Amino acid sequence: MGYKTVIEDDIDVLITGAGMAGTGAAFESRYWGKDKKIVIAEKANMDRSGAVAQGLYAINTYMGTRFGENNPEDHVRYARMDLMGMVREDLLFDMARHVDSAVHQFEEWGLPLMRDPKTGAYQREGRWQIMIHGESYKPIVAEAAKKSADKVFNRICVTHLLMDDAKENRVAGAVGFNVRTGDYHVFKSKTVICAAGGASNIFKPRSVGEGAGRVWYAPWSSGSAYGLLIEAGAKMTQMENRIVLARFKDGYGPVGAYFLHLKTYTQNGVGEEYESKWFPELSKMVGKEYLDTEGQHLSHKPIPTCLRNHAFINEVNAGRGPIHMVTMEAFQDPHLEEIGWHNFLGMTVGQAVLWAATDVDPKYENPELTTSEPYVMGSHATGCGAWVSGPEDLSPEEYFWGYNRMTTVEGLFGAGDAAGGTPHAFSSGSFTEGRLAAKAACKYIDDGKAEGIKVSQEQIDRRGKQIFKPMEHYKIYRNEITAGSVNPNYINPRQGLDRLQKLMDEYAGGVTVSYMTNDKLLNIGLKKMKMLEEDLEKIAAEDIHELLRAWELKHRQLSSEAVLQHTLFRKETRWPGYYYRGDAMKLDDQNWHVLTVSRRDPKTGEYTMEKAPCYHLISDEEEKVA
Amino acid sequence: MPTFVYMTRCDGCGHCVDICPSDIMHIDTTTRRAYNIEPNMCWECYSCVKACPHNAIDVRGYADFAPLGHSVRVIRDEEKGVIAWRIKFRNGKKDMNLLAPITTKPWGTAIPQLADESAPSKDMVDSQLLYNEPKYVRMDDGGLHTLESNGLKLKEGVYY
Repeated sequence: MGYKTVIEDDIDVLITGAGMAGTGAAFESRYWGKDKKIVIAEKANMDRSGAVAQGLYAINTYMGTRFGENNPEDHVRYARMDLMGMVREDLLFDMARHVDSAVHQFEEWGLPLMRDPKTGAYQREGRWQIMIHGESYKPIVAEAAKKSADKVFNRICVTHLLMDDAKENRVAGAVGFNVRTGDYHVFKSKTVICAAGGASNIFKPRSVGEGAGRVWYAPWSSGSAYGLLIEAGAKMTQMENRIVLARFKDGYGPVGAYFLHLKTYTQNGVGEEYESKWFPELSKMVGKEYLDTEGQHLSHKPIPTCLRNHAFINEVNAGRGPIHMVTMEAFQDPHLEEIGWHNFLGMTVGQAVLWAATDVDPKYENPELTTSEPYVMGSHATGCGAWVSGPEDLSPEEYFWGYNRMTTVEGLFGAGDAAGGTPHAFSSGSFTEGRLAAKAACKYIDDGKAEGIKVSQEQIDRRGKQIFKPMEHYKIYRNEITAGSVNPNYINPRQGLDRLQKLMDEYAGGVTVSYMTNDKLLNIGLKKMKMLEEDLEKIAAEDIHELLRAWELKHRQLSSEAVLQHTLFRKETRWPGYYYRGDAMKLDDQNWHVLTVSRRDPKTGEYTMEKAPCYHLISDEEEKVA
Repeated sequence: MPTFVYMTRCDGCGHCVDICPSDIMHIDTTTRRAYNIEPNMCWECYSCVKACPHNAIDVRGYADFAPLGHSVRVIRDEEKGVIAWRIKFRNGKKDMNLLAPITTKPWGTAIPQLADESAPSKDMVDSQLLYNEPKYVRMDDGGLHTLESNGLKLKEGVYY
């Protein structure tokens, strides 16, 4: 270890990862902790970090209570149905009742929200989405975080959480390294809000070679939200609930505005509507509660995202691909055409580049769609993440242990991708969750829960050694070979990532197997995962940049193992179109109307799985009927 | 669509290195200019392109699916609060200019310094309210939604 050790002591609230959730946490912490020391540790540069780095063209979660549009419970019901029932409704309701106050602040801070010229309300894209010119969404919220934080450490890759040596299962800070200087950074803190990102790149992507970076979720979303928490022994939930996206082919450009605002629609390769014909069979798989083929159009319930994927996948496998987005009608209107392009430039520039490169003008040609490789995250139409406490005025006892958004590790909070069971938070909801966690963290400290924390020098030294081991390993074994990257003593981070992606793809239901897995496959996957875990002890990093990739890979590996364990545990096919358990192809509400909860023992690496009850919001009238 | 850097325009200032979310824009030690060290970890987010003071960074679509000959260029102007795009097709038939606002306020002026706000009362601390609530939720005097106010219960089981 030829680098300096930099210790930041006496922190009250440490925020690891400053994307939407992290900036929300930092901003809000200052209000509830006037005299508290608030510190941010961010892997990149906070001005352009996280999933919103390149901007957004919509805010996908806005109730509009101000304009009399929706109540929080409406959004809970929507998210519940979209996730086939598997959500934490206390957390969802809590996010939904606060989210508008975040959006109203964004507007005040200068974020351009579009208005409906007729009503004066925000321009709706769909029932929950409002349209924005959000190229600078991230720099704006970063500015707010900077105003509140005492210190911002950019370019710190946080690798591990520090644990209290005085009291078991209590957090004491975090450690990591500076990806520029290579310095070892130790943050001693009373609380930690883990606001790191979900996981892209754990399943083999459809793209090859150079295009491997064109993933739907940002390539820098390295599953640190899960890697950090799992390693600290926090309980996780719904990690099997990976998401597959139907998007514009290759560029993965978003389709939300196209469907909702531009009123484009899909058809198969021979120009037919294809979705509805798959629904009667699908309805038998999942049950009428989830897909009512006769009643669906009457009830106006949106069809769950995964079920629409199911129709897409089956239609393509039946030989009637490709699936097209019919843009040629909408794009005749020059105003809508412009919106179609702005939508990409605002959040997925790559799709505009691809259409320019392939001469696809959606005015004269209906572009192709595809279904993506799976992603593991907790803020889009999926709810992977930590098992966190809800707020005291909402949560039933199984969901409540004192502080809102606190994980099962004391003083350790989760928000955004890190909080489980809260899908459909998106950017504004993640920011809101960060705010909620911040208030709770300050209260935790004020209640005296963080007294007497001890971090031994032994722990600091041990982590330091561990962090830089890949570089040591490289130094020791590099010269045993003449040149190149083939070495019997180590693998490099790219080689490890390739192995992880292949494993997850083939055994956990990736694209090459049409999202199919089963008990046997998952068990083989787990066996191979153990070997990968062992080999990661021998990973080699040539320089500090590779050291960053090595630790990102470790976080991805920990996330992936949890995905395998959870997928194995839930013996049913809850989300056809996200993945299939070939040995249990039906949705099984008798046995599996529950949330899955796991814990990995930090000492032994052994997993224990349990079922947690699934509570639903019901109104007084619904209760009478039930 | 990985980024690349034009040799004659780059002066090695490092703005791109500083901003890249993926840590892949680095300075080449021989030429003292920036380049993309890991194109397959590039998300085409354009953060570096926007940050470059010399417009030295451009993008060439991913080799595995994007043919050559296209162009998507951008100028982001914080002072004017706008971003300007130009898209050119490979076949030359389409050439679009698109302009969008990026902010409605002079940069950084409209965000409150929460340290200067008056401290929250004990009632507020003990409540479910966040900063500026309940006012900012509905922009009127209405309170925060609760289960009670909305006539709701949380119940275990299958209720749809």
